[in-house]
Amino acid sequence: MVTQPVTGQERLAIRRFEESGPLDRAAVDRFLQENRFPLAEGPSVTFVYRGEADAVNLKHWVYALPSLQPLVRIAGTDLWYLVIELPEGSRVEYKFDVVRGGASQLIEDSLNPLRSHDPYGSNSVAHSSGYRAPDWVAKDPNAREGRLEQLALRSVHLGRQTTSHVYIPARFRRTRRYPLLVVHDGSDFLRYSGMKVVLDNLIHRLEIPDLVVVFSDPANRLREYTHCEAHTRFLTEELVPHVNATFPLSDKPAERALMGSSLGAVAALSAAWRSPGYYGRLLLLSGSFAFTDIGRKHRFGPLFDPVVTFMNAFRGRPKVVAERLFVGCGIYEPLIYENRSLVPLLQSIGMDVRYVESRDGHNWENWRDRLREGLSWLFPGPLMLVYE
Amino acid sequence: MRVVLLGPQRLQPMVAQTVGALNLHGPVATVTAGWQEYEDEDLPLQNHLGGNTINLRLHRRGEEVFRTDPELAAAYRARQERLRQYQGFYRVRLEYALEAAQAISRRQAARDVHEEEWQASIDAVRSLDQMHLARCRQVHADFEERWHPWDRDSIAKHRVELARQVGECTALVIAGGHVAVLLNRLKLFGIGEMVGARPVIAWSAGAMAISERVVLFHDRPPQGPGIAEVLDAGMALCPGVVPLPDPSLRLSLDDRERVSTYARRFAPAACLVMGHGARIVHDGAGWSDPSSIQKMGADGDLEALDASAIMQW
Repeated sequence: MVTQPVTGQERLAIRRFEESGPLDRAAVDRFLQENRFPLAEGPSVTFVYRGEADAVNLKHWVYALPSLQPLVRIAGTDLWYLVIELPEGSRVEYKFDVVRGGASQLIEDSLNPLRSHDPYGSNSVAHSSGYRAPDWVAKDPNAREGRLEQLALRSVHLGRQTTSHVYIPARFRRTRRYPLLVVHDGSDFLRYSGMKVVLDNLIHRLEIPDLVVVFSDPANRLREYTHCEAHTRFLTEELVPHVNATFPLSDKPAERALMGSSLGAVAALSAAWRSPGYYGRLLLLSGSFAFTDIGRKHRFGPLFDPVVTFMNAFRGRPKVVAERLFVGCGIYEPLIYENRSLVPLLQSIGMDVRYVESRDGHNWENWRDRLREGLSWLFPGPLMLVYE
Repeated sequence: MRVVLLGPQRLQPMVAQTVGALNLHGPVATVTAGWQEYEDEDLPLQNHLGGNTINLRLHRRGEEVFRTDPELAAAYRARQERLRQYQGFYRVRLEYALEAAQAISRRQAARDVHEEEWQASIDAVRSLDQMHLARCRQVHADFEERWHPWDRDSIAKHRVELARQVGECTALVIAGGHVAVLLNRLKLFGIGEMVGARPVIAWSAGAMAISERVVLFHDRPPQGPGIAEVLDAGMALCPGVVPLPDPSLRLSLDDRERVSTYARRFAPAACLVMGHGARIVHDGAGWSDPSSIQKMGADGDLEALDASAIMQW
């Protein structure tokens, strides 16, 4: 995407195009060839769609803005556009809602090659000025690659066969003792957040230490990740002891961490709450920390009842669940209120909390972008000790 | 003893040139213990030095000591754990003290009042550094007194071998790497006591380890504000300087407040900014021949280094 500084006096490219003379097919072709879309100019981002339609809307996932915003057709052309203001450093996922003959279809932006992926498919991605994908998310040819091993474990507490992947750092030595990180929704973090490459890179840069990471998958996350005792017992009594018996791990709580996003963050917090003193580090991203201040009625639906029960209990009588936490949330997601509310509570009882907000939504690339500061906060690497 | 401190050697190796300039004839002892398990992967260094090298293999020797002397290994681990705990508490105090110093430096006040208060806040940080260093020294002294490690067979046999190897060499070359591991191995085997009058050439972590105190630093680490911290007493083979290698990666040299804080905090020692190509020589009496080195100034500027003005005490 092209980003150009624009002063208040300068006119946007789309406005200049509108006033540039005969807007025939060739002019539209030229305009599209000369720019990349969405077009970020200062605080303005111009979304463009070309094609015949009855209406075109921008469907995005920025909470607090209308989720469907109409594009305007330039008279005499098949070009549609919408200009919205996005603060610097924003990253927004979107689709076009194209309406033809009374039927609407959500499609990706064919003029924009940037895509993000999640378990439900993919979205187009817009960056405002100032956002740049971190350089540590791309594969670094100098970084030695760790390896992933499958781990199948029968869980008595969950009553099922569980599947996980274990990340083993490139310079793994049996004679050392490693920190352990357990990641909820593990396969999704590997697939959609590129977390293996991130681990390889951050370890290579000495920003985190060599560590063993278990990427654990749920069978039914709406049950297992909503303050489920069986899930905690699986983690604490089955999975971690099993990994501990297989790999040389540190036995210090400060070197044992849980991580999750969305409901996975609830699962991590809940497991730490039920296992006091066992997990010393938590990495909680966009946690679905639903609560009520009075009564039990909430906006999240009945599946969240156990979460509300837990969070209300936790908020009523907070206790130390880990020594150090990283909490991150996108300010464009509906959970920002819940996350902002949680942080002073965690700090008030003496936990060492780092809280980071990003101009992003509830998605895997937002969570990917937080991994460097989150992981290095939980487990600082030997950067301060190594001078080559 | 002549000591030559160099900047990082990755891009612009100048160890061989430095050894050559000393007009030495005979093998050179090398220490690559900072590379830890990769200590033996020193072929590029051997080649650079013309092949006439003896790697003292301090890391491997240390591992052997801990394997064959479990009692000492347990005591050593306990010592390190104690040092780590002290380091953690010292870091907590430092964060608050430096935060206060920063807040004070940004306050508006009469110039003389501001200067006085700013210096007082730096002095508070200096006293934390001194207290931490004293604690570290006490922990080491207690360990020595209780375990007499050099008298134990597990270490004594290595010291005999090492003394012979060092005795055969004309100089000692100490590479960078993990500064704590490097320093601990150098001290464990008493290499400083063996080197005698031979020249010592050291870079990056090696230069830090042979200075009087080891200062860990990184102004932009991902885990939060970069706070320089004293790790421990160094081998003190060269006085009056705090080597700060790899500034382009680690230092925010355009941040005058940070530069001033370094300079005032570690004064009268000179904070030496040592990038690639940096070199300075200590001949036992004073410093000379600085090349590609700048000194951090108390006013926040980088200064050309006047080596003869480096204070020694």
